[in-house]
Amino acid sequence: MKITGAQAVMKSLEMLGVDTVFGYPGGAILPAYDPMIEAGFEHVLVRHEQGAIHMAEGYAHATGRVGVCIVTSGPAATNLVTGLADANMDSIPVLAITGQVATTAIGSDAFQEADVTGITMPITKHNELVHTAERIAGALKEAYYIAKSGRPGPVLVDIPKDVLNDLIEWHWDEHIDLPGYRPTIRGHGKMVKEALDLIASAKRPVIYAGGGLVRADAGEELRDFAERLQLPVVTTLMGRGILPDRHELTVGMPGMHGHYAGVKALQETDLLVTLGARFDDRVTGRLDAFAPLAKVIHVDVDPAEIGKNREVDVPIVGDLKVVLGQLLRVLDDKEEKGLLEPLLPDTKAWRNHLDELKRDHPLLLDQPETGVLKPQTAIRAIYDTWGDDAVYVSGVGQHQMWAAQHIPYSRGGQWINSGGLGTMGFAVPAAIGAKVGVGRDVPVVAIDGDGCFQMTFQEIAAAVQHDIPVIFCVINNGFLGMVRQWQSLFYEDRLSQVRLPQDCPDLLKLADAYGIPGFRVMHVEDLDAILAKAYAITDQPVLIDFRVDPDEMVFPMVPSGASNDDVLETAEQWYARAAALAAAKLAAAGEDQL
Amino acid sequence: MNSNHTLSVLVENKPGVLTRIAGMFARRGYNIHSLAVGPTDDERVSRLTVVVGTEAVQLEQIIKQLNKLVHVLKILELDPDDAVEREMQLVKVTADPATRSQIIEIAEVFRAKIVDVSHDALTIEAAGNPAKLEALAELLAPYGIREMVRSGTIALSRGTRSITDGSKLRMQRAV
Ligand SMILES: Cc1ncc(C[n+]2csc(CCOP(=O)(O)OP(=O)(O)O)c2C)c(N)n1
Ligand SMILES: [Mg+2]
Repeated sequence: MKITGAQAVMKSLEMLGVDTVFGYPGGAILPAYDPMIEAGFEHVLVRHEQGAIHMAEGYAHATGRVGVCIVTSGPAATNLVTGLADANMDSIPVLAITGQVATTAIGSDAFQEADVTGITMPITKHNELVHTAERIAGALKEAYYIAKSGRPGPVLVDIPKDVLNDLIEWHWDEHIDLPGYRPTIRGHGKMVKEALDLIASAKRPVIYAGGGLVRADAGEELRDFAERLQLPVVTTLMGRGILPDRHELTVGMPGMHGHYAGVKALQETDLLVTLGARFDDRVTGRLDAFAPLAKVIHVDVDPAEIGKNREVDVPIVGDLKVVLGQLLRVLDDKEEKGLLEPLLPDTKAWRNHLDELKRDHPLLLDQPETGVLKPQTAIRAIYDTWGDDAVYVSGVGQHQMWAAQHIPYSRGGQWINSGGLGTMGFAVPAAIGAKVGVGRDVPVVAIDGDGCFQMTFQEIAAAVQHDIPVIFCVINNGFLGMVRQWQSLFYEDRLSQVRLPQDCPDLLKLADAYGIPGFRVMHVEDLDAILAKAYAITDQPVLIDFRVDPDEMVFPMVPSGASNDDVLETAEQWYARAAALAAAKLAAAGEDQL
Repeated sequence: MNSNHTLSVLVENKPGVLTRIAGMFARRGYNIHSLAVGPTDDERVSRLTVVVGTEAVQLEQIIKQLNKLVHVLKILELDPDDAVEREMQLVKVTADPATRSQIIEIAEVFRAKIVDVSHDALTIEAAGNPAKLEALAELLAPYGIREMVRSGTIALSRGTRSITDGSKLRMQRAV
């Protein structure tokens, strides 16, 4: 029996086991929306295509499965651009299906035509313009496979309208033939041994654990490995929770707004055991001053990450779960033969030192008993309310950094944020997608900024319509806070275009407009009672407006462009450093005059 | 130290593959010196010869980034001492009765051919390595070069080895 290309899209998605697609219909993709009525998966109708792709990302973040979105040609497809770039940066497996004008019209500047494969080439792992209906099943199958295998990422399949309408014989097989695409899964045996030898001889080794471990679902292996060798672990913004924060070997987060001990651990180490991390500039600070004493082991499934920013002593290309398994097996082997002892580094003194740093340099928070609510207090209370079971999704800005710093995460995928691209507007749709992925029993809490929230809050309507009960928390500081912080610190407090009226829009009225319960916390003393009320609501979305101290800044902070040695813990330290730098400059200028 | 490196790249003959490669170079700020592309003995496979001016560390990164492109099948860096590198050049030079014979002489020294003659111009076809072609152009310049085109380098390794040897190219050769 012959079917249409559109039906082939439905059947392909069913064969791939897709349970939900996030989408928005329109001209070129219309043929696909007809057979969708009978398709074996759910469709979530978003309010803006950017919402569709961030939902697909949130779904993928939370479940490890491929998130799927489907939209029409032209403006709809270009609305995906931000999300594709985001997924590309953070290695999130996403399949984006876009409609395209008919093959006969391509190149004629037809209505709603855009060169979508051309536009998205540099921000997707791969993409394809499908020329025939016979190719649909193969293209979708390959796209899905490419998205989730190796280093995951977004793949886009662009399908012209006539191709969706063409009749074909349905054919499906599991065979994948991609001669130019073969990710390396197993690490090189010799390198695995060399890595263990290098660790054995290290005095101050540390595991630099990144988002790749989350993507590879390698939390258990990481814990076993760190425990066997007693290696302290720092978890990056993308890797938070992959070793639980309460684990005794966890040091904290490194980077520009990392925990003090996390930053210092990387600066003082003599061996970076880099697992699925990529020496991002927000982690390294000034690259030539980063981890100056360290040799480097680097394990990554993407060979291009190895040696990209930092020279490596032992490179291992492979899937992190598999390579950690290999490392553990060598240790097992040695143990059986009674030869484990020489492979164990003596890290006791080093761990004690890091524990002291942790104890002596906690996150600082000056919360009065009554009155003004500090944003960090709000975030801690959110965690105390929804706890370890919940998934936390953030936007981009100060609230993101506070949520990364202050919540003790306990598993990979529990913390979802836009790390590489820093996409404001990510949280609302990503939280909705995550909630679809994790299901009824796991609470999903969006911790958003008042700026970010206003970029994508229209998706609350999708959450309401499709009965997706997400808790939306707005850390409402009346500012584009992170930008304001930089203007305060780097531009002598000359604030420019960063103020957002705290009561515009009125979030309680907004909640009302969407028909969902809304709450507002004005003062710290109201926090617990209001959160208890919000917690009781589990069957519909909730919106909470936290009116927090507008002047709070994120610390610790490594000044942008500075060395990680310069981690500053308070605003006072900051201004003292700035004054000292200015004085030194003046003195130097004075000498020049002489 | 920047120097030129010649890469042979086998790619699947798919729409847009050249854009992907050129785009990757542009996006990551790599410098393409020359790029030549054409079919191979297998109709599903095209071969690119890319000359890049770069340092060794960056070259490794370029090769890795190229390898990430799904349609790239194989990359080989050609050792300049162990490869044949050729480029073709067409030059149209102003030539009057007084200078014509001098120009023809120069062409002969370079084993270049005169492929078109008109009243006041000669078109010369030359092939060879890039240094030789540059030398030829330099000698012709005083006569007045009206226009010139170069094909970009193509290259093969010397000896019996082939880029497809021992490779895991699963693509069966077309019969
Ligand atoms: C789409 C986008 N535009 C601009 C920025 C630059 N930016 C980074 S953080 C920030 C402020 C975010 O404000 P808000 O959501 O209120 O969070 P806060 O920092 O106040 O917690 C801005 C404008 C960005 N990251 N993304
Ligand atoms: Mg704000």
